[in-house]
Amino acid sequence: MKITRRTFLKISGATAAGTVMGGLGFDLSPAEVYAQELRIKGAKETTSICCYCSVGCGVIVHSDAKGKVINSEGDPDHPINEGALCAKGSSLYQIAVNDNRLKKVRYRAPYSAQWKEVSWEWALDKIAANIKKSRDASFMEKNAKGQVVNRTNGIASVGSAALDNEECWLYAKFLRSLGIIYIEHQARI
Amino acid sequence: MTNHYIDFRNADVILNMGGNVAENHPVSFKWIQAARNKGAIFIHVDPRFTRTSTKADIFVRLRSGTDIAFLGGMIKYILDNKLYDEFYVKNYTNASFIVNPKYNFDDGLFSGYDPTKRAYDASVWVLEKDEKGIPKRDMTLQDPRCVFQLLKKHYSRYTLEKVTEITGTPAADLEKVYKAYGSTGTPDKAGTELYAMGWTQHTVGVQNIRAMSIIQALLGNMGIAGGGINALRGESNVQGSTDQGLLYHIWPGYLPTPQAHLATLADYNKTTPASKDPRSVNWWKNRPKYLASFLRSISGEKATKENDFGYSWMPKLDQGQDASWLNLFDEMYKGTFTGFFAWGMNPACSGANAGKVRQALTKLDWMVNVNVFDSETACFWKGPGMDSKKIKTEVFVLPCAASMEKEGSISNSGRWMQWRYKASNPPGESKPDGDIMYELFKKVRTLYGKEKGAFPEPILNLKWDYETNGHFDIHKVAKEINGYFLEDISEHPVDKKAYKKGTLVPNFVFLLDDGRTSCGNWLYSASYTEAGNMAARRKKTDPTGLGLYPEWSWVWPLNRRIIYNRASVDLEGNPRNPKRPLLKWDAAGKKWIGDVPDNAVPPMGTHGVYPFIMKPDGVASIFGPGLKDGPFPEHYEPLECPIEKNLMSSQRINPVIKIFEGGLDTFKTCDPRYPFVCSTYRVTEHWQTGVLTRWLPWLIEAEPQMFCEMSLELAKLKGIKNGDRVLVETSRGKVEAVAIVTSRLKPFQIAGNTVHQIGIPWHYGWLHPKDGGDSANLLTPTIGDPNTMIPESKAFMANVTKLTKKPAQKG
Repeated sequence: MKITRRTFLKISGATAAGTVMGGLGFDLSPAEVYAQELRIKGAKETTSICCYCSVGCGVIVHSDAKGKVINSEGDPDHPINEGALCAKGSSLYQIAVNDNRLKKVRYRAPYSAQWKEVSWEWALDKIAANIKKSRDASFMEKNAKGQVVNRTNGIASVGSAALDNEECWLYAKFLRSLGIIYIEHQARI
Repeated sequence: MTNHYIDFRNADVILNMGGNVAENHPVSFKWIQAARNKGAIFIHVDPRFTRTSTKADIFVRLRSGTDIAFLGGMIKYILDNKLYDEFYVKNYTNASFIVNPKYNFDDGLFSGYDPTKRAYDASVWVLEKDEKGIPKRDMTLQDPRCVFQLLKKHYSRYTLEKVTEITGTPAADLEKVYKAYGSTGTPDKAGTELYAMGWTQHTVGVQNIRAMSIIQALLGNMGIAGGGINALRGESNVQGSTDQGLLYHIWPGYLPTPQAHLATLADYNKTTPASKDPRSVNWWKNRPKYLASFLRSISGEKATKENDFGYSWMPKLDQGQDASWLNLFDEMYKGTFTGFFAWGMNPACSGANAGKVRQALTKLDWMVNVNVFDSETACFWKGPGMDSKKIKTEVFVLPCAASMEKEGSISNSGRWMQWRYKASNPPGESKPDGDIMYELFKKVRTLYGKEKGAFPEPILNLKWDYETNGHFDIHKVAKEINGYFLEDISEHPVDKKAYKKGTLVPNFVFLLDDGRTSCGNWLYSASYTEAGNMAARRKKTDPTGLGLYPEWSWVWPLNRRIIYNRASVDLEGNPRNPKRPLLKWDAAGKKWIGDVPDNAVPPMGTHGVYPFIMKPDGVASIFGPGLKDGPFPEHYEPLECPIEKNLMSSQRINPVIKIFEGGLDTFKTCDPRYPFVCSTYRVTEHWQTGVLTRWLPWLIEAEPQMFCEMSLELAKLKGIKNGDRVLVETSRGKVEAVAIVTSRLKPFQIAGNTVHQIGIPWHYGWLHPKDGGDSANLLTPTIGDPNTMIPESKAFMANVTKLTKKPAQKG
């Protein structure tokens, strides 16, 4: 039997109805197991933690042989969520599988009305040059009172609670090595 | 959080005030249900009836911005009816401490106020010490200058009648909540409080939480299973990002950012918290070890004892300088910055007074935005009202990997540090954030190596060696954060054992202030040791039966699941609540059994020490002298409010808040053009500005557009029907929305007047979807809590009117 998305939904719907009308004497659970198996059969399981709120629900992400995410669901072994997820957590795989994702570096020149796609190399070189220019122009060794402050007054940063701990630490180190003091993120708002 | 999510199930009474747990932290609600299934009472206090309220045993309404009045009434009720835990109050709080006679409170002002500076001299609020420097106490709690009596006096004004007048909550409803929550003052009962931005986003945000902390201290609910003050934070790693020091005022591990007057490491270390009381652990006395180890993790071998471990290379704030969010965008608006990073953020929608934020972005020379999806920040130059031909800002948008496309850890609100693995490659040319910052810094360093530039030392000396086989390696950073020994140590002062150079430190107790250890963040030391990556653990043992799961992931500090847990035992170390023993002293084995003890010292009755080890006095602060707006929480009206006079005192608003004036910053209070109290909030299907949800087909289909909730009464008054298009307006901006006319909101009776409240979600933006509406933050004011500078997005004044014709299309 070829299972299309349409027939799959039919089976799932019938299964849900079957649960409600369990007393009618027919059992659809083999069909349910079969249908679930198809979707993630042979897939690689990777444990993750949901990226939305701060509950920290466990998620299992399924990916196919080519490394493409095909499904995500609540991790039943996780002690906080015990397999449950909310509407956002349940939609997680749609972050990975989404045509709207940014896939290339974009650049908008001064006074331009357009994006331009550029290479990483070009963009990082230009950003690094900008950092140096802004830093060199605004670096303050001593403040008005003559106290040593060694800071860059002309660059600010916001972000990010969306980073992993290790990235947050690395970013904090990066910014402070440049002398930046205007360092803020989501925790303040 | 002092406790953690699963621990909700151990509570007898759960109060959700300042939040909407069922809709915003949905899965955690299962642990509230678990408690309810065992007979717990669940209370929800909110201006709006939400899905949380549907499950509440008690739901009561209050006007947004009046939580301190509500909680002040509860403090009075607990004291009047002697519901407090007397043993706990006497032994584990500063209730018995004597306050300096210069402390006073009169008509809304504490002593020491300077109206010209809009600031207090907090030095007059101190606790009295004896000749040995130990706090003076009256264990009978009768001295009129003791904290307990001053507390009584302060909240004697918060009568049921007065609280009702301010909050709009009927007295019978107040009493219902006070009685139910006050029932947790016995040792065999636990009460917990769950809050979110409903408490923080006010000009009295910190004092909202302080008021509840006082209640928890009075009822003996801190440091116990099923208790605590529990912030349900909004982002999956906002706990971790705070811990790692991504805020202007703190370095990783809450080490205060150095200020200019602290020229040397010795100057900095002179500010280390001190206590002369031998019964106070005062854990922060160890700060110099954490600081030296942190500086060595920054500059590695270049940080030597001779150069103060590179202390002078680190940027310093001017003394008292506030570089927080609202000031940052105020400075940007004034043209202070040429460069700006918005890394994993969308300030064009998330910043208060977003219209000002968007204008501020036009003043930059360049901006870097790193994101998974496109955003209103990246595209600000083509947004509503912008003329790209006139905007000079150069914009770089760097595409980054999503959470399942890289490896690393995040920390939830319960301080659980959990490891995530990589499931797939990021799409197209997008890269993990760590890789991007790693490569970018190398380019900056190369430039400073080649060309002359301002003060290159901190850049050239930075330790930046997190590669394996030529690729950035996140595990190397995780180990850097944990820390390691920099030299062979033949006999460590802590355990007399030998440690080899390069060995990961077992935990922060092993850190030294002499430069022989390196540690990126002392709080996370013990997370990645020679025994492995603790955050990746998945063993589900539960020896206490309390759901602590000590071998699942890892929790800071030291895998301690409930902090201040020695407050759960009596002076001999026996659990005060035998039903839910969190810790017990094993006298024969001379050790604690249960959770990782908050300091492994013997019980207080022997020669032990106070349980609140992070507080200088070792006890919970009912009198809290450390804040800018007073040692006791006091009710003030929001900056924009519907009544002319604060019914509690002559001070209408918090007397120390910084007022931003001029330009795009306007405020209107008691102005007939903006008559309704407005709050922003969230829906289950979206998250923050919507950058990670508006682009997902399921979620945008479920909640496709901006709406405005209003009561049946208000809708009738304004001639608005359910589903009508409306305009919501403040003196700062306008947004269009679809009207939801609902009995979930009801008008309040405030001091004899009818006050209407409306509500709007803040997940939308002009970029996508096209007809989804714009950000609620176009309406919110630039005003913050004086301690945290978190903006007051939960109580401001707005108008709502029916749109008769469809306005012109934007963008």
